[in-house]
Amino acid sequence: MALVAPIGLTHFLLLGTALFCLGLYSVFIKRNAIALLMGIELMLNAVNVNLIAFNKFIAPASYTGQVFSIFVIVVAAAEVAVGLALVISIYRDRATTSVDDLDWLKW
Amino acid sequence: MDFALFSLNNAWLIPLLPFVAFVLIAFPFKNMEKTASTTAILFCGASFLLSLGVVAGILQHPELIEQPFIKEVRWFSMPGLSITMGQYIDPISAMMLFVVTLVATMVMIYSTGYMHGDPGYTRFFAYLSLFACSMLGLVIATNLLQMFIFWELVGLCSYLLIGYYYFKDSAREAAKKAFMTTRIGDFGLLLGIMFLQINFGTLEFAELADKLPAFALAHPALITLIGILVFIGPIGKSGQFPLHVWLPDAMEGPSPVSALIHAATMVVAGVYLVARAFTLFQVAPEAQHFVAYIGGFTAFFAASIALTQREMKRILAYSTVSQLGYMMMALGVGSLTASMFHLMTHAFFKALMFLAAGSALHALHGTADIFEMGGLRKKMPWTAAFMVIGTLAIAGIPPFAGFWSKDEILLMTKLHGFTDLYILASLTAFMTAFYMSRMVFVAFFGKENPKNHPHESPWNMILPMAVLAVLAIVGGLVGTPWTEHGFGYWVRYGEYHHPEVDWSVMGGSVVLAVAGISLAWAIYGAKLIDNEKLARRAGILYTLSYRKFFIDEIYQAINKTLVAGTARFLYWVDIHIVDGFIDGLADGTGWAGRRLRRVQTGQLQHYAMIFFFTVVLMAVMMGLMGNHSAMALIGGGK
Repeated sequence: MALVAPIGLTHFLLLGTALFCLGLYSVFIKRNAIALLMGIELMLNAVNVNLIAFNKFIAPASYTGQVFSIFVIVVAAAEVAVGLALVISIYRDRATTSVDDLDWLKW
Repeated sequence: MDFALFSLNNAWLIPLLPFVAFVLIAFPFKNMEKTASTTAILFCGASFLLSLGVVAGILQHPELIEQPFIKEVRWFSMPGLSITMGQYIDPISAMMLFVVTLVATMVMIYSTGYMHGDPGYTRFFAYLSLFACSMLGLVIATNLLQMFIFWELVGLCSYLLIGYYYFKDSAREAAKKAFMTTRIGDFGLLLGIMFLQINFGTLEFAELADKLPAFALAHPALITLIGILVFIGPIGKSGQFPLHVWLPDAMEGPSPVSALIHAATMVVAGVYLVARAFTLFQVAPEAQHFVAYIGGFTAFFAASIALTQREMKRILAYSTVSQLGYMMMALGVGSLTASMFHLMTHAFFKALMFLAAGSALHALHGTADIFEMGGLRKKMPWTAAFMVIGTLAIAGIPPFAGFWSKDEILLMTKLHGFTDLYILASLTAFMTAFYMSRMVFVAFFGKENPKNHPHESPWNMILPMAVLAVLAIVGGLVGTPWTEHGFGYWVRYGEYHHPEVDWSVMGGSVVLAVAGISLAWAIYGAKLIDNEKLARRAGILYTLSYRKFFIDEIYQAINKTLVAGTARFLYWVDIHIVDGFIDGLADGTGWAGRRLRRVQTGQLQHYAMIFFFTVVLMAVMMGLMGNHSAMALIGGGK
């Protein structure tokens, strides 16, 4: 018998939760806009892990979770493309990528 | 159609005509002096003719005594309140229409001379016309609300006319004083009117007269209260104690105005209102006694002040207050006839005297102190003669008008068992004779003042005075005790009683009048007694009388301490409590806003953090509340 229990759904969910929390945390505290985008990627990937784990353990016959995770990756890639474009545009305007300075929403 | 009948049916034209004159003068004729005054006189004269027609109509249709001739239209109605406007013609209102239009017309003719060259000439005639309109509208009112409307209009006109010389501080103050003092009375009257409306559902005089006796039997206390409240209005308007203070100051207006106010309009309105509401006072004996004693006291009180006053118009003003007291007293003891009779004769001789005083003042360019006049008789024979006629009339020397009416009041007071008031009124009659002849002896007889260069007034001032003088002489003959169907037969309340001739009353009043005049002659005519020494001897009494018993000062003190104190307190409450609450609300909102503003950092991360922690908070709350299905919703479903 293995010393540890076989890898189950719970382990994947815990991994997803840990990843999501890390992503959320970095979104909250990072000052660099690019690092912020990276945090968002982490959160999206946490979701992807969940989707695939559910697919594998709950409904192995279908591919719904996998297809959804591909959608998420596609949307994330598009989002990063737009996000980076925005960051570059902001950098040209303000010579900074620190989100502390990006306070134009104020008032 | 004969003229009398036409006038009866169209009595509403009588107040309307002066109003038309007012509009014409105020707008198209504003800068046309001759046209303006002619318009005023012609329209008012037309009203006078119509009034004559009304009087003739009354005399031809004797059933009107008990059955007033009412014509009215519905003005507006709503549940519980139906208000009409119209004309109420009975002998009382007919007499008033006659007196008011006559005096107003005379005053207007006189004013063409008196106000000649005044920059506000047309304005003056516009006001006079409006004044006449208001008073006439009040006289023919069919209900208390219509009366109240014109009552207030009369107050407005007196305000405008007393303050006619608005560039003078004293005139402005007097106008304000008149307006505010009478307003205190109006407040009481308005309360009384509301009580009547609530309890009777009507303000029509005719309907009230039907409903009052039964109601009075059921609610004696309430009816007394209503009577006293209603009477507070006349206390203000007719210058009764303690609201008499405005009347002597009202002489700040031009003399013709004083004549009009004191004889035929403003102050008479109060007496007329009590007469009109006589049914109310008749069923409320306590209120009626209140009227009697206020009237009697006012008569005595004002006469005692008039004894020492030095300004001619002020003496006349206090004599008006005193005579109005007589009228109120007569109403209070239950004699409508005596009161209305005195009102009529008083209108004649008081208008005459004010016009004569105006004539004297006009000639002396505003010297008001009678002790600076002296010897006007030689230079102004007509004016002096008119003043003497007026004085004899008010003093009660037969056969002048005042004698008959004052005698009737004295007689009625005695007959109705008010011995105390009879004595008070007799003393007042003595004082009246004294102070009026004092004025005549000092101002018109005796040594001439070399500083003055008086000249007799022009004919347009003499003529109206002559008309009034004739009436002041013969006007009382319609109501002598020997006249079978005289004044009392027409103007009365209840059954007609022909009064017996009471020689003790008649003789007594003549003796008192002659004594008063003789005393004045001894002091001021023949100078048998030195008046200055007398004044010093009288000491405190003289001071009290000369300073008008310090009533004005008392009011000032009350005003300064009580009224101003209350006002200051209320101001503090307003600023700190009322405004404080509202301002505090505003400040609190501002403070909260300044704090909440910091939430809006403009940083997405902060917003995201707030979202996140809010979601966590909501999850915790739902968990604690045991709402598992909501928890399950967040948690992914089960």
